[in-house]
Amino acid sequence: MIPDAILLAALFVPVLGALAIAACDRWPDLREAATLITAAVLLLCVLSLLGPVLGGAEPQVTLIQMLPGIALSLRVEPLGMLFALVASALWVVNSLYSIGYMRANREAHQTRFYVCFALALACTMGIAFSANLLTLYLFYEALTLITYPLVTHHGDDEARRGGRLYLGYLLGTSIVFLLPAIVITWAVAGTLEFTAGGILGHGLSNAAIGGLLALYMFGIGKAALMPFHRWLPAAMVAPTPVSALLHAVAVVKAGVFSVVKVIVYVFGVERITGLASVDWLPFVSGFTIIAASIVALRSDNLKRRLAYSTVSQLSYIVFFAALLTPLSVVGAALHIAMHAVGKITLFFAAGAIYTAAHKTEVSQLDGIGRRMPWTMAAFAVGALSMIGLPPTAGFISKWFMLSGAMSSGKWAAVAIIAVSTLLNAGYFLPVVYRAYFRPAAGEAHGEAPRAMVFALLLTACATVALFFYPDVPLSLARRLTGG
Amino acid sequence: MSLAGHYTYWVTIFLMIAGLYIVIARGNLVKKLIGLGIFQTSVYLLYIAPGKLIGGTAPILAATFNTYSNPLPHVLILTAIVVGVATLALGLAIVVRIREAYDSIEEDEILDKDSAGDEGQ
Amino acid sequence: MIAENLPALQVVVPLLAAPLMVLVRRRTFAWLLAVAVSWTALAIALALAFKVREAGVISYAMGSWPPPWGIEYRVDALNSFVLVLVSLVASVVMPYARTSVAAELPRDQHYLFFSMLTLCLAGLLGIAITGDAFNLFVFLEISSLSAYVLVGLGRDRRALLAAYQYLVLGTIGATFYIIGVGLLYLMTGTLNIADLALRLRDVHEMRPVLAALAFITAGIGLKLALFPLHFWLPNAYTYAPSAVTAFLAASATKVSVYVLLRYYFLVFGIPLVFGRLPMAEVLIGLSVLAVVSASLVAVYQRDLKRLFAYSSVAQIGYITLGMGLANEPGLTGAVVHLFNHGITKGAIFMLLGGVSLRVGSTSLERIAGLGKTMPLTAFGIVIGGMSLIGIPGTAGFISKWYLILGAIAHGYWWLAALIVASSLIAVAYVWRFVEVAYFRAPAPAAAGLAEAPVSMLIPAWIMVAGCVYFGLDTGYTLDGARLAAQVLLSSVR
Repeated sequence: MIPDAILLAALFVPVLGALAIAACDRWPDLREAATLITAAVLLLCVLSLLGPVLGGAEPQVTLIQMLPGIALSLRVEPLGMLFALVASALWVVNSLYSIGYMRANREAHQTRFYVCFALALACTMGIAFSANLLTLYLFYEALTLITYPLVTHHGDDEARRGGRLYLGYLLGTSIVFLLPAIVITWAVAGTLEFTAGGILGHGLSNAAIGGLLALYMFGIGKAALMPFHRWLPAAMVAPTPVSALLHAVAVVKAGVFSVVKVIVYVFGVERITGLASVDWLPFVSGFTIIAASIVALRSDNLKRRLAYSTVSQLSYIVFFAALLTPLSVVGAALHIAMHAVGKITLFFAAGAIYTAAHKTEVSQLDGIGRRMPWTMAAFAVGALSMIGLPPTAGFISKWFMLSGAMSSGKWAAVAIIAVSTLLNAGYFLPVVYRAYFRPAAGEAHGEAPRAMVFALLLTACATVALFFYPDVPLSLARRLTGG
Repeated sequence: MSLAGHYTYWVTIFLMIAGLYIVIARGNLVKKLIGLGIFQTSVYLLYIAPGKLIGGTAPILAATFNTYSNPLPHVLILTAIVVGVATLALGLAIVVRIREAYDSIEEDEILDKDSAGDEGQ
Repeated sequence: MIAENLPALQVVVPLLAAPLMVLVRRRTFAWLLAVAVSWTALAIALALAFKVREAGVISYAMGSWPPPWGIEYRVDALNSFVLVLVSLVASVVMPYARTSVAAELPRDQHYLFFSMLTLCLAGLLGIAITGDAFNLFVFLEISSLSAYVLVGLGRDRRALLAAYQYLVLGTIGATFYIIGVGLLYLMTGTLNIADLALRLRDVHEMRPVLAALAFITAGIGLKLALFPLHFWLPNAYTYAPSAVTAFLAASATKVSVYVLLRYYFLVFGIPLVFGRLPMAEVLIGLSVLAVVSASLVAVYQRDLKRLFAYSSVAQIGYITLGMGLANEPGLTGAVVHLFNHGITKGAIFMLLGGVSLRVGSTSLERIAGLGKTMPLTAFGIVIGGMSLIGIPGTAGFISKWYLILGAIAHGYWWLAALIVASSLIAVAYVWRFVEVAYFRAPAPAAAGLAEAPVSMLIPAWIMVAGCVYFGLDTGYTLDGARLAAQVLLSSVR
């Protein structure tokens, strides 16, 4: 009983928090305290679910009967637990960072910002804990809409253009591809519940399964599979905390999380293993990995480079989920967590550089490592994690992915990893090199505000810590494949 | 079953088409209403003509009468006539208001004035 | 006594109240009476709906003349649903109308306005409840004549021309309908709708019946603004007083759709309409044209009322689309969309009434920065817009779900694709509003602009809340719609 109540709380705590934040509009200190408290309470809720879930329980709540036979309902399973844990833990850190960032940059409409942020987290929890496709879809769309004011926060023409792309791609793909895919699934399977082993059965021909998979994969635009990736760089017009938590963690991970969930619980790994009609997916995602890395290599704008790096890393997850071997699926699930901590560190660093030095381009970063030592150290840790070198979290997930690929003899996959690792190194290491080994130029400046530095050091430490203690994410990811 | 035997239908159809044609082809708002009236009148014929038997009377139960006309269409059309009158009255009232507002009852002139007003805004 | 006569009271109460208002000639009295009448109508409609669900079809013989000779009022799952929709919309619009009308009409016309609105309500309820084809015509004209008056009361002089066009086209539509009924009468000798259905079995292959079908389709098609017979609608909705637009958009076209549903499925029957004649193809083709072209036209409008009026034409296209699919999910989608689109458009037009009251116009240029000056109004319109797009969690999603399901059940993949693609056009026109309302700074003249009056905001937000509520809890709407769909499909013969 109690885990069920906590599950419900995980959804409603951020909503109540949003109300509290809105009520404290006039008192900024109180408002930000409300944000932090909400984030902390949410993390506690999610943490208290962890024990039962590791023990094999699956708390479950049904909210309302939305369509005949399809309820809005929540259920905790290992993958959702992992995603919720990552998102809620990073929200605490990110709130700290946001407060520093928003104050230092004197952003307008801060109340709206925090309210939308809390609501976005509520949607993320809804996605993570959704028990069926309809619930997932509801929160998926809600997340798109609630993050729209955050993306267009600055309200200028550039923000509006970014917002149009953001909404156009995300709403467009989800309405045109994802919704029909869900309706077809309902028509074929008669259920939308996420079930281990899949729900499709044998009602569809192999070719139709391939088509349905395409509808899902391109419909989940948040996974940023090429050619529907352009919203992610466009979303970088948002303030950096938004890019950090939402466009490196919550929103994009909601995308790949949905991808993994659909492959595992709707199609069923065994059902589609060896089907010729689903073979295209590794090609598309493999292409995205390489192509996005090349674009990242050529972008001078730091946030844009990070965004394309995210596109590429997201496709890792899709790629390895699509390889359909148990180890690679574990690796893909792990990468949801491991990439998140690394990438949020990088974004935090980018935001800190912007706040302290007002620099946005990589070419401007000469010698900045000496002026902002902590920030750049954290950046280096994040970069190592992206490349997948020990002792960082990225190494762990890459290890599992590689073992999955090798054990099933998929040498092309190994080659793709190798090439992309080189490319990752190619676009991250020069930044670190510039920061430390080039003479500094321009005005002198110090570190970013303390709250921001503290936050980014925290995530950098977490990136390293997860290398040494990957037990919790690993056991959750293993449960996914019944291991 | 000759063509001529159905002459009431021919008259009905002629009135129908003529009425509709006036509504569509005329720009004068009053003339349009007249067309509309003719169009509605054709329906009265459509109902009443088949209900009438030549030599038939109203359905009075008496030994002297044995052929009756169907009374129901007559009653229905009485209602329809009332509706038609109401429509015509309302239509004319609106035309009066239009004339007050635009100083014209020609459709093209009115549209011209409106589009001129748009540009002036 | 009252319980037995509920079907008659449903129509008689508003029908008697309307002339009473004219006799008393008091503004406040008229408004209070109108509110009381609409709430009574809602209570009766709900009671009837409940009774129908419990005990099946209610047949009420007007003046105790037994059908098929006398006029029969017949309530089943389909029209009880429509009755609830119409009276629900009326009972929200009536309280709203007071403030809105006070701003838009001269004082001495207020009691006439409420009288006409009540009369229009009586007509619409009558159309829905009657089981007699000719009686239906009379109610059609009662509701239409009062609607012409209401449209003509608009502030702009173009309202007069819109009312005139509406009158001409509406009368042609009603006359076409009555020609069709006349032909049916010639063939069968009955005017009772249920009886007609029985007797048409023997003659339904004959040419006058087909002609009757054509006339009724064209006539009712005009009334419900079936593409391409929709030309009266954008002007009428744009220039009518706000309360009238909200009421008509949410109810009048919906009732006409109901009439067409009844004739197609319960009088002519599926084998004739969809088997022998290619009406499925015609309806689906026209609907697709309506959805795509009217949505595209909506994107390019400069006036919000006109923009949403064109969106209405498109949304009606969704309803007729479900009708053309003629299977259970499709019809469920069509019937539930009657309701869902009714409350959505009702909400949007009521909020726009507040905009035109404060800003003095609903043109896109004038509402820049509405998100700042009138935040509640602007946000309500956004939620309504989401329901038009069909975002999950809003009422519009439920309808779209069933329409797609219906298209897939037929194997019409291209149609499912078109339905979802057309939602994107809705995104485009809703986002035009969003960008103007939230990204443009308010004009200097709009600096002192206040939020709409509470007496208008509350009813409008009740509708907005309905858009969300009926998107999450579909117990009432979907059950009603599914029962209605089953009624429609029950006559397969």
